Amino acid sequence: MNVVDNKWIGQRTIRPDGVDKVTGRAAFAADTTMPGMIWGKVLRSPHPHARIRSINTAKAEALPGVKAVVTSRDVVDFTIEKGAVMLGIQDMRWMCRNVMARDKALFPGHPVAAVAATTEAIAAEACRLIEVDYEVLPWAIEIDDALKDGAPILHEWHKVDGKPSNIMARIESKKGDIAQGFKDAEIVIERSFTTRPVHQGYIEPHACLISVAADGKTTIWSSSQGQFMVRAMTSMLTGIPQSDIRAIPAEIGGGFGGKTIVYLEPLATLLARKSGRPVKMVMTREEVMRATGPTSGSKSTVRIGAKKDGTIVAAHGAFYLQAGAFPGSPIRGAVGCSFAPYDIPHVLSEGFDVCCNRSKVAAYRAPGAPIGAYAVECVLDELAERLKMDPLELRLKNAARQGTKAAHGPVFPRIGYIETLEVAKNHPHYSAPLGKLQGRGVASGFWFNAGGESSAQVNITEDGNVVVTTGHPDIGGSRAGIANICAELLGIDYNRVSVIIGDTQTVGFSNLTGGSRVLFASSMVVTQAADKVIATLRERAAKVWEIDPEAVKWENGAAHPVSPNAGEFKPLTLADLAEKAPSQGGPIGASVQLNTQGAEGGFGTHICDVEVDVELGIVRVIRYTAVQDVGRAVHPSYVEGQLQGGVAQGIGWALNEEYIYNKDGKVDNPGFLDYRMPVCSDLPMIDCALVEVPNPKHPQGVKGVGEVPLVPVMAAVANAVHNALGHRFYSLPMSPPKVSAELDAPVQQAAE
Amino acid sequence: MAKLHVSTIVNGEPMEFLCEPYETMLDALRGQLGLTGSKEGCSSGDCGACSITVDGRLVCSCLMLAVEAEGHEIRTIEGMAKGGRLHPLQQKFLEHAALQCGICTSGMLVASEALLARNSNPTEEEVRFWLAGNLCRCTGYDKIVRAVMETAAEMRQVILEARP
Ligand code: FES
Ligand code: FES
Repeated sequence: MNVVDNKWIGQRTIRPDGVDKVTGRAAFAADTTMPGMIWGKVLRSPHPHARIRSINTAKAEALPGVKAVVTSRDVVDFTIEKGAVMLGIQDMRWMCRNVMARDKALFPGHPVAAVAATTEAIAAEACRLIEVDYEVLPWAIEIDDALKDGAPILHEWHKVDGKPSNIMARIESKKGDIAQGFKDAEIVIERSFTTRPVHQGYIEPHACLISVAADGKTTIWSSSQGQFMVRAMTSMLTGIPQSDIRAIPAEIGGGFGGKTIVYLEPLATLLARKSGRPVKMVMTREEVMRATGPTSGSKSTVRIGAKKDGTIVAAHGAFYLQAGAFPGSPIRGAVGCSFAPYDIPHVLSEGFDVCCNRSKVAAYRAPGAPIGAYAVECVLDELAERLKMDPLELRLKNAARQGTKAAHGPVFPRIGYIETLEVAKNHPHYSAPLGKLQGRGVASGFWFNAGGESSAQVNITEDGNVVVTTGHPDIGGSRAGIANICAELLGIDYNRVSVIIGDTQTVGFSNLTGGSRVLFASSMVVTQAADKVIATLRERAAKVWEIDPEAVKWENGAAHPVSPNAGEFKPLTLADLAEKAPSQGGPIGASVQLNTQGAEGGFGTHICDVEVDVELGIVRVIRYTAVQDVGRAVHPSYVEGQLQGGVAQGIGWALNEEYIYNKDGKVDNPGFLDYRMPVCSDLPMIDCALVEVPNPKHPQGVKGVGEVPLVPVMAAVANAVHNALGHRFYSLPMSPPKVSAELDAPVQQAAE
Repeated sequence: MAKLHVSTIVNGEPMEFLCEPYETMLDALRGQLGLTGSKEGCSSGDCGACSITVDGRLVCSCLMLAVEAEGHEIRTIEGMAKGGRLHPLQQKFLEHAALQCGICTSGMLVASEALLARNSNPTEEEVRFWLAGNLCRCTGYDKIVRAVMETAAEMRQVILEARP
């Protein structure tokens, strides 16, 4: 498809859900109420690790106003012996134990019971009346503590070499022979890095409202990254068939991966079923911080070998990621993405999934990839320095391109990585002068992107306008992108297209909003549906004109004869044909369901300038440019928004965000005051340079764009700090206390 | 304990409600008054999603008791568009794509309006520091800051043009 002369694709249109969101009308999960509604609350374990000997709920049940109490006895058990039951990437054995602890509580905040009562205050009081007999066990939170000999074991049934272990899985990507590769190398650099777990930080806490009728018919209003995931998980954990659960997607107040699993919905469903009343549950910020997300903390060692001319010949990465209470840390992202931007003959990339006593990790924007890229891109920076090469030149020399075989498997088609490096190199930012205590860093990043199941309906209204229904929650403006594409294809004004997100019982199965897949997948199905609609419209016009449908073309929102040979007819518009529809075969519309294929990976290259206040240890990002191959910017403003938002999150991860544990193994900073995400005054404007190398496997050239922009950030910031100070930090965050301590260290030594 | 009776003015309209003594203004707005445009992101004054004005002063409604509304004038996001016409800030936020998920947007708009009411010509730094109490995790703030500054410029222009 021609990506240049489009009328709507590439336009900065006003998003369909915009007015609702600037006027307060948009309904997020916590905004809905129902007559007769009661409130649910969760009782959570205060211990990082404890066997649950017994739970006595009698006193809570006797409290006036309490309508239902549930414990793990009410949740469908997926026993460990029976083996994995997968729903997407989630194993239901862990999901059932994560929503409600069974034999053991594995982190502070782990649910052990839930109560529904007429007021929130009564529900909270009832939670205090539940008696839980805990056998407190030793615990391990940090990776080193979980791996050392004699470490407390979270899942005793799991053994490595016959011994119980917290290493739940090991995966690798391999290419060539690294032993040979390192033999060929003239320079080898090996470094180890750590990162702290960080939370996705969505501003909307998890919330739901659930009603279960006497016949079991269940309605769920909740905010998630997938109403179908909510339906499936709730069904599996409560035993209610999917056909009886209508999951309605509320507007979602941010997710970033953190809302790809359920926490509250199964509990609220059980409480609603038991009490016969609609149940609302809303997490507090503290519950969000203690019991949801985050992404893994990590320990990585990266070794890179190169020739003196800068040709990289071998690379080895070992990435240990904290999974939290249950297996499933994003090792695939760390292992697969970290070396993907480079054409390296010998690669071994290994990932280790380590359980520990903190909340189970959830996906976070390019899960695992930023952790791996931080280590690899910092080592490359050192390599460039040692070789006295420009860091972008080093990357250009080794860049993956069309035909490169990545260690994680695929042979790249036409990709835009080199273009991002060229644009960065020629960007005025890259050559701008720097002041005292200022530094500049660059880094690149890759994310797989994803396709998968998607469904959509395109219906022509009786008055000749268009309603598109898709099945993916819209977090960042996907409705606007779909409306642009649909207006383009049908040749009508953007404002005549209405895009809505259907619930589970009104639109076909659509997989999660995640993996940067939504616009890729949904525009593919919408394109096919629009093509079908256009075929119908041409047939209808052909009927009216009594000519062959082949002799009718669709252009500018109307049917026309393909040429004067076909006859002279006045064009029939969408409105004309909609009006004639009842007498000509009925309603006009099409629905398409696909397992979409052809999502190609995305690449980005970032330039970051920092200034370091050496007195206070404060690192400030003073200029930032994100360059990314975005395939096709269907709605450039929302593409830029993805880049800017991802960069801001990365700056937080690099400079401030971390969980702080107290001596009891509890998170000491479960709120926005002490878990310090970037605020408006922390950041500069974030410049974006969009490189458009269309995805050859997509009708509009679309590539996922949402996740790549987080991948390079921590390395870009770290490299800039090194450039400013001549001192490299090997652990994140580079927060003021840590920077001060490191800067003070040599001075102290000198004084001694 | 008996509920307390509160008379107040919300978005220009006199309103009465009953509340518990410990209830916050945000609870009252979102609960009994049915004004769910103000959001709860933290209930500790750290995110600004619940921003309202009380007699023109910018306040986190999660930090204010509902009874404190007695006799005062409250404005919320629901009162910002006048007679179906968007406020220039609302319009600019849409044009600049200054929102992604939209959960912070009500608070951002209320806070921005309060800024422009006292400073019609803010610098970028002034905008950034004024909005430092309003968290947005989606946008990186870039488009929000631009939208606020451009609205300010346009509103100044309108005032200039209205002069004889
Ligand atoms: S909810 Fe009031 S500041 Fe966050
Ligand atoms: S738009 Fe999502 S938090 Fe601001």
